[in-house]
Amino acid sequence: MNTLIIISVLPIVLLYLGLYKATKALLPVTVIGLFAALGCAIASYSKPDVAQPIYHGMMLFNNFSVAFSAVTIIATILILMLSGGYFEKISRNVAEYYAIILFSLAGIIVMVSFNNLVMLFIGIEIMSVSLYILAGIKKSDFASNEAALKYFLMGAFSTGFLLFGITLIYGSSASFDLDVIRDWVVSHPHINPMFYTGIGLIIVGLCFKVGAAPFHFWTPDVYEGSPTLITAFMSTVVKTAGFAAFLRLFSACFAPLSDFWVPILLVITVLTLFIGNITALYQQSFKRMLAFSSISHAGYLLFAIVALGAGSANSVFIYATAYSIASIIAFGALILVQQQNGSDNFESFNGLAKKNPFLALVLTIAMLSLAGIPLTAGFIGKFFMFSGALAKYQVWLVIIAAVNAIISIFYYFRVIVAMYFRPVDRAEVTVPAYYKVVFVLSALATIIIGIYPDFIASFI
Amino acid sequence: MESLTNTIHAVPLNHYILLSTIIFSIGVMGVLIRRNAIVIFMSVELMLNAVNLLLTAFSVYMGDASGQVFVFFIMALAAAEVAVGLAIIVMIYRNTNSIDINVLNRLKW
Repeated sequence: MNTLIIISVLPIVLLYLGLYKATKALLPVTVIGLFAALGCAIASYSKPDVAQPIYHGMMLFNNFSVAFSAVTIIATILILMLSGGYFEKISRNVAEYYAIILFSLAGIIVMVSFNNLVMLFIGIEIMSVSLYILAGIKKSDFASNEAALKYFLMGAFSTGFLLFGITLIYGSSASFDLDVIRDWVVSHPHINPMFYTGIGLIIVGLCFKVGAAPFHFWTPDVYEGSPTLITAFMSTVVKTAGFAAFLRLFSACFAPLSDFWVPILLVITVLTLFIGNITALYQQSFKRMLAFSSISHAGYLLFAIVALGAGSANSVFIYATAYSIASIIAFGALILVQQQNGSDNFESFNGLAKKNPFLALVLTIAMLSLAGIPLTAGFIGKFFMFSGALAKYQVWLVIIAAVNAIISIFYYFRVIVAMYFRPVDRAEVTVPAYYKVVFVLSALATIIIGIYPDFIASFI
Repeated sequence: MESLTNTIHAVPLNHYILLSTIIFSIGVMGVLIRRNAIVIFMSVELMLNAVNLLLTAFSVYMGDASGQVFVFFIMALAAAEVAVGLAIIVMIYRNTNSIDINVLNRLKW
């Protein structure tokens, strides 16, 4: 639990550093603090899992929480390393941005380790309120304003649904505690309709938060309008946390009622896959394509909840890790190309391989991983998801997903084709040293997980 | 305090559920139909307050205080949301001189 305390105190330290104009120290202090938090999280890892609820049953920091805290903290470190010089262009007060990102991370740690619906709500809100601010940090840029307002209105709207669902569940089971709710579900075979309505409303609220169809319509606009670095944070760390919370709630509480909610989620999954992939085909902007691709990946991640079982947590963990590291490379490359060309269209990647072979290579690895080509982490993630679904006899779902994976190859390869086969005279993109470190680490992790999945596959 | 609990008990629980559902639906319709950012915002608050009312009613009927504590959390976080949300609306107004969400169509829906 020290992880949460460190991540909550660190932003306050950063705000003081900002007050005393120690701008140079911001990034090192953040990274060191996050590594300390990561160390504390990993120190509480134990196999077999013996974690007990703490703080009067409010939190449970078990292996599930350790795994998801670790992946979100590592992804945040990588994204923050891409931020060298990024925030300075927007404003002189840089410390606040780091602080708000870390506050958001604190909410995420609460989301992955809640044991009470109150903590779920508080975690989601701490995360979201910070993100509303982050989406709008380019105050004079109209797209950023619009993204912030849309994100805010949709986020507040979905919070309403989530809360109404929590209330109806409280009204039936008389408790917010996950263990008490589960016992209540098991001991009441004929559950009243209020409880079912509650589950339905919670599904609506959480699908809004993770951006699953038909509640995805805010995602492309918000992802496109927000500053690219914040989009990277939203589509990797926040999405991972959303699914961790989703999975934790449903596997802890509602697993006995799966006959009711599996059909609903099945429809949502299929819709999400098709809408995400087919709309991504028509995009001209790389950033917007990544937004739609994040919708389709939400569809694959929903597999784990549809086919809820002992291996679900592991599959979400592997998939989210693979997706996060590949996306970080993609967004990092996008930031560099955007800085050079001022445009985020596919054409701005033309001829990149000639001048920047390294950048083109890591971006290719990332795209292969997102498309799920073997020997990359993305393939292992998809493999675990599909085999989990097959174990539950969801054959048609797997066939639909395989078709979608083939569609997705088409738009991921567009950027590779642009980089390698569309020779255009262009200036070399300068890749700062920080970016190189992030690219090398992420690309290596993608390939290592792709070749030796064993060391990560039984983490939880 | 005792009389307050009795007053709440004087109305059957189903009526509270019905009332909250109606208020919540008014809020949802408001968000979906109205075009003014501040009115949408007020509708969201309506949704949250419907939840607060229902939580209090449940809490009294079950004799369990945790529901009322949750209401305080919702109020505190709603206040935080208001602070951030109004700041965003002010930012939009400075750039466009309007708070009609129809002007927000630069990005495709």
